[in-house]
Amino acid sequence: MLGEGILKGLAETAKNFVGSFVSAERLTTVQYPEQRIAPIEATRDFPFLVYDGADWEAGMRCVACQICEKECPPKCIYIVKSIDKKPDALGKPQFYPARFDIDISVCMSCQICVEVCPFEAIKMDTEFELSRTDRFGGLLFDREELAKSNEHYHKIHPTEAAQVDARLAGEKAKSDAKAKGAALAAAAKAAAAAKPAVSTENAAAKPEGAEIKP
Amino acid sequence: MSFVFYAIAALTVAGGLAAVLLKNTVHCALALTVAFAGLALMFLELDAQFAGFAQILVYIGAVAILVVFAILLTRNAETPKDGVYSRNWLAGLVIAAGVFAVLGWAVLQSVRVLPHETTTPTVTVLDIGNALMGRYVLPLEIVALLLTAALIGAVIVAMHEKERAK
Amino acid sequence: MIETIDQIFVLLKHWLVGFLPAGLQPVASVLVSVVAIIAVFPSLFAIAVWMERKGLGRMQNRIGPNRVGPFGLFQPIADGIKSLTKEDIVPLRADAVVHFMAPVVLVVVVFMGIAVLPMGRNMTLVHMDSGLLFFFAMGASTELSVFMAGWSSRNKYSLLGAMRGVAQMISYEVPLLMSSVAVVMMTGSLSLGKIVEAQNQYTWGLPHWYIFTPWGLAAFLMYAIAATAETNRSPFDLPEGESELVAGYFTEYSGFKFALFFLGEYVGMLSISGLGTTLFLGGWSAPFSFLGWVPSWFWFFSKVMLSICVFIWIRGTLPRLRQDQLMNFAWKFVLPFTLFDLLVAALWRFMGDGWARWVVCSVILLLAYALMGGVGMYRKHFRVRSYRYAE
Repeated sequence: MLGEGILKGLAETAKNFVGSFVSAERLTTVQYPEQRIAPIEATRDFPFLVYDGADWEAGMRCVACQICEKECPPKCIYIVKSIDKKPDALGKPQFYPARFDIDISVCMSCQICVEVCPFEAIKMDTEFELSRTDRFGGLLFDREELAKSNEHYHKIHPTEAAQVDARLAGEKAKSDAKAKGAALAAAAKAAAAAKPAVSTENAAAKPEGAEIKP
Repeated sequence: MSFVFYAIAALTVAGGLAAVLLKNTVHCALALTVAFAGLALMFLELDAQFAGFAQILVYIGAVAILVVFAILLTRNAETPKDGVYSRNWLAGLVIAAGVFAVLGWAVLQSVRVLPHETTTPTVTVLDIGNALMGRYVLPLEIVALLLTAALIGAVIVAMHEKERAK
Repeated sequence: MIETIDQIFVLLKHWLVGFLPAGLQPVASVLVSVVAIIAVFPSLFAIAVWMERKGLGRMQNRIGPNRVGPFGLFQPIADGIKSLTKEDIVPLRADAVVHFMAPVVLVVVVFMGIAVLPMGRNMTLVHMDSGLLFFFAMGASTELSVFMAGWSSRNKYSLLGAMRGVAQMISYEVPLLMSSVAVVMMTGSLSLGKIVEAQNQYTWGLPHWYIFTPWGLAAFLMYAIAATAETNRSPFDLPEGESELVAGYFTEYSGFKFALFFLGEYVGMLSISGLGTTLFLGGWSAPFSFLGWVPSWFWFFSKVMLSICVFIWIRGTLPRLRQDQLMNFAWKFVLPFTLFDLLVAALWRFMGDGWARWVVCSVILLLAYALMGGVGMYRKHFRVRSYRYAE
């Protein structure tokens, strides 16, 4: 008969109405500023720059290759390459970003910068409380604001960070082995030139470089 | 003839004049509504509650809305470029004057013919109902029949249009 | 004592007016009543908005507003201040005069309708012989305001909303009037005071409300449907269907004018609930004879707020109708059934007292409901849908 469905619907909403008072699992609202739920591991919003060690300026992985700047779809990254070179984590002299700005108000959180970075230097953050009183300057993050330690990265994305570290360690080991090989070859050459003291000195210097990586 | 009467009369006449003189057709319709409201107020001022409220209900609630709908649903709602005045305004004036004269003559005649009543009669809704269902039942039914015929006619017109659209 | 509490507002008014010289007293008396209405109904409006937001939230398993004041009770005040301080924008090409008049007409007309409602024993602002007619006359005038708002905004959404609104209100005004005619037929009066008096009788402690008769129940249901459509409430909220028309006829209104529309809509809802209460739910009379000591105004306002709760419940339940469904429902089911109910009401009247009329009228109405519901609302079997796109 006409109206049956309406009665059924009314019963359903009445059930919801009463149920929201009675059972806690119906009422799924999280009252945000007071209550928070931990973000899931895949959460991401805006990029940040990873650095190793304690000093952000010294430990920054970014070498200002500018690939992310070119790939960024909304063009929110601005990089100025340094003129001089500084030694990076491996002790190899590298360029570094003299300026690295990301306009958070333009960024669309696509993560393409992260995908293209060959140095694992830029990663996605989970910080979302970014409101500022200054809507233009305040949301334009510079190097210092963007730099976050590798520990922070481990905290927000543990699995991913572990993978990254493993990969970096592998690369490092490879380059070390290569360097060692080269050094050995050099040492062999040097030995052939009858000066054995240099090779031992080189071998002693190597583990120190590996220690920088956590 | 109190101050209230003159105020209401001024409102009604102003509304009627605006309905004729304004350029925008929708404004005309709204001005016509003001005239209707003035007429309703006039009825109320004469203590004819039923007539007054029926006037509001029927004329403002239905007729004005119908007029407005008719204006909006027809294509040429914009003001014509050569003004709103008809070229035959002289003939119109003559006809209007004629109608006014006849009505005025009838009103003046009735004043002379009808007995002069000193006390205003109290007419309740019950009396109106009794009169409509008793003495005036035939006119009422004829009006009802006429309206039904008009309704059916409207439906038929609409149906024909639908067929043509197919 | 009971008498005093029942009449407390009347006595208060007399006491207040008593301070003035005799010549001013009638005017002052009216003024006090008007001020009371203008104070009470907007506050009820605020409560209704709060109830709606909380209730809808709960029906959707949300909490609803809970930040401003305890349980979010001050939310309407915050909203009011917000809309008062907002910029009042009038579109450049809008018809400024009509655009300004529309909300004013709506609010004035809606408040005037309240004047004839008996809100308690001796608590009617204007005693009118044809109070019901006055109410409907005022109700019909709101259509004009809807049209004015929609047309003057020079906005396609506004105009579409207004056309929908006016068409819908005209269609549902007929059943609204017709369902009340049954009550008028029974009472033999258009005066709302007399209608309440006629229902304020008790048999075995139970009231003689019209909703407790077969024809009255049917008329009440039809009245409720038509009233929902008249006030543009969900599921009949097509005129302001926000998924299609932004906000319908008040798309181009902002700030205080928007607040006026909002107020007009809710006060219209309150007043139409008040009329429904008066016509079918016994107005200010108590639901049981032993509850007669509770003040009459309490009953009136609790019945009105209860109707508002039902409005909210229905809004939380039903999806919006389509325009053709809306019109079909009005003309193919609600109107014929209301007309039929008039006949049944007449039958009830002439069958005299006794149980026979209860059985006969109930059976006839049930059969008619099933039949009209089946035939009028018959849905064609689903076919493969063909869509016609604009060329």
